[in-house]
Amino acid sequence: MTEAAAGRVVLDARGVAKRFGAVAALKDASLTVKAGEIVALMGANGAGKSTFVKILTGALRPDSGHIHIDGQESRFTSPAQARRAGIMPVYQEPSLIPDLDVGDNLRLVDAPIEPFRHWVDALGITNLRLDDTISQLPLATLRILDLALTLAKEPKVLMLDEMTAALPTDLVERVLTVIRGQADAGRTVIYISHRFAEIARVCDRASVLRDGVTVGDFVIEPGIEEKIVELMLGGVPTRAEVTGAHIRAVSSAETPRLRVSQLAAGSRLADVSFELRKGEVLGVVALEGQGQDELFDVLAGFRRAQGGTIEVDGKAASFGHPADAIAKGLTLVPGDRKDALLMLRSVRENIALPLLARPSKWGAIPMREEAARVTGAVERLQIDMRAQAEVRRLSGGNQQKVTIGRWVAAGVETLLLFDPTRGIDVRTKHQIYPLLRELAAQGASILFYTSELGEIPLACDRAIVIFGGRIVDVIDAEAATEQNLMRAAYGLTEKERAASSSAEARP
Amino acid sequence: MAATVETISPLSRVGRIVRENPVIPLVLLLFALIALLNVLQPGIFNERWVGNTIRFAMPLAMLAACQTLTMLTGGIDLSAGVAATVSAFVVATLTPLVGGPMAIMLALGAAVLIGLVNGFGVGICRVHPLIMTLGTGLIATGCLQVYQRYVINTGSEIPWFFEFLGTGRTLGMPNGLYLFVPFAILIIWGLRRTGFGRLLYAIGANENATRLSGVRSWQVLMALYTLSGLIAGITGLLYVGIIRAPSLSLANSLMLPSVAAAVIGGTSIFGGRGTYSGTIVGALILTVLGTLLTLLQIPEGARRLLFGAIILAVTALYVRITDQS
Repeated sequence: MTEAAAGRVVLDARGVAKRFGAVAALKDASLTVKAGEIVALMGANGAGKSTFVKILTGALRPDSGHIHIDGQESRFTSPAQARRAGIMPVYQEPSLIPDLDVGDNLRLVDAPIEPFRHWVDALGITNLRLDDTISQLPLATLRILDLALTLAKEPKVLMLDEMTAALPTDLVERVLTVIRGQADAGRTVIYISHRFAEIARVCDRASVLRDGVTVGDFVIEPGIEEKIVELMLGGVPTRAEVTGAHIRAVSSAETPRLRVSQLAAGSRLADVSFELRKGEVLGVVALEGQGQDELFDVLAGFRRAQGGTIEVDGKAASFGHPADAIAKGLTLVPGDRKDALLMLRSVRENIALPLLARPSKWGAIPMREEAARVTGAVERLQIDMRAQAEVRRLSGGNQQKVTIGRWVAAGVETLLLFDPTRGIDVRTKHQIYPLLRELAAQGASILFYTSELGEIPLACDRAIVIFGGRIVDVIDAEAATEQNLMRAAYGLTEKERAASSSAEARP
Repeated sequence: MAATVETISPLSRVGRIVRENPVIPLVLLLFALIALLNVLQPGIFNERWVGNTIRFAMPLAMLAACQTLTMLTGGIDLSAGVAATVSAFVVATLTPLVGGPMAIMLALGAAVLIGLVNGFGVGICRVHPLIMTLGTGLIATGCLQVYQRYVINTGSEIPWFFEFLGTGRTLGMPNGLYLFVPFAILIIWGLRRTGFGRLLYAIGANENATRLSGVRSWQVLMALYTLSGLIAGITGLLYVGIIRAPSLSLANSLMLPSVAAAVIGGTSIFGGRGTYSGTIVGALILTVLGTLLTLLQIPEGARRLLFGAIILAVTALYVRITDQS
């Protein structure tokens, strides 16, 4: 391996920058990969990883910067061009066409069948038939097929985006062995993952992105995790001052508003149990795709759980439709505002929507009462009403306020907020935190998932950390530094705990 | 970086006014067409002509209400024409047998049944409205043909009330307005000021958002298509009063113009946008346009060609103006 690691530079990207409108997604990203190397590309949510990957694979064009492949400058204008140059990505979403069978998919992309079969066997899928229809196969198999398909085309640079995310442990082992073999055979792998354990096992180096800038490049060695976590956060972690947040002592004796036990759903949410008390803001911290989407969907009635129970105010509940959840006071502000808003309709219609949902409310609208409720919510959230005729003309922050305002007008009991501050301006963010505290002080319970760790101490009383579909840590607001949260989110505390408990068990 | 100067083009300024009052350009177009008509045939614009135009625009506007309401949710009701025909045919054939009121009840019942089946298919089985209503329309036509064999000897009679609405005049205006004006007010009010009306817009604008807000959309769709069937049934009764000769294809010729009236009136076929007042003006425009093209004394083929082209042009222009941001 050492001899291969000293190989020639295959891919060299320097000073890559990309803006989307006013947002600089990438400012100065660099990556150098040699033949025979596996390099981990790391960074917190929103650091610019996916933009960087899209540029490297030709899906986006950079505003500036240079990418050299085998010493030659390349400007890809399409993913097909990048593929022809040997850069082949395997993305998280399966790329095979669901309605065709395996063989047709292979023919469609002109993949050689024998090598494909070889890799499928090597990756541990033994019972695959070429006439299996894609849509009948489990997600884990599809991801393996994607990988085998890509390997069959003999990539120069293999780019794996969260390759192991949906895989069971035995397949993870196989995948890691196979890609290590690729590197040892002189090929190059770029490995994007949140899982430190895997990175430590197979990667040679790690390159860290933060706020669109490559801030470090390390050789993987024991103890490097701490350094990487620190770097992803930005050196010295600063604890944001707690403004207007009055962390309440919440009595744990009374019946919790919401009790979730051993909840499981989909392929990601494995086993989650927690309590949400009255008047509490409970933060949820998780890297992308750890099961938090499924958790919120189940609690809001958008999908059914496969296992576990939900209790609201001490009574068992199950939801077949969001209306059932709303009837129990559980209301959702989803991650994507576009899902929640009637973009063509007015602010008033958007806010008043839940008030008209039940057939008994389909008659004449009590206009005065509605106006009073809407005005109340608008004032409380300080929604800018200048473009109120169509919500699509509002700024992102104001749109988000409308989605929250809807539940404020309807009366909040349990608010499920899924990353409500994603992509909105700082000023609005700082209006939302005090609002959450205020709602909680009035008795509302709030479950608050955020991809910005710094928000946890600003708005929450406690935070649960989900990793791999399980809760790995519960952190009080006082102890919730970004560093602690990030370590927990990467599943590092779990390892320690396992280590310490086995140490305790020994004597 | 060069400073960008924001210029407001005249078109977008017009667009803003139009967006806030979408009926204005339609009314202007209507008057322009009437003026053109008066130039081509001086003196045609008189009380009698206005009365006649309104008389034939009313059933079209009512059938177009079915399209407006369903289109607001992103759907369509292609069975509305058949439902109107069924209701007209049933009432005319049953009145001699069971008397007017009973016949009216049965006729509307048949139309509502068509609507209920549509609602079941669209709301609960999630069949696309285009397919569902096309299917029920064909089935209903078949049923009507079977039904006709059994009633072929009963003769036909139209309840006096609908004959009165269809043919009588008060102060020169058709009596049908006694039915149409309250109907139009109810629909316009209902769309603006009732929870049901709001939900139609909401489902068309973003069904996922309504689900998130606790709306069970199948309930809304079920009620909507049933209502659409009822409106189509009432339209059939009015129309048979005007035509006074029931047939198996009575209201079918109104079907596609009813879709066109809603679209010209500014209702988006993708849902979430539109008003019934716009649709009424759309129906008037289509009726006047029909007269105009008849007056031009050109061959039938060319007339239809022109009719289609004008509808496309008006709609395209209207969408362009109102959607520009």
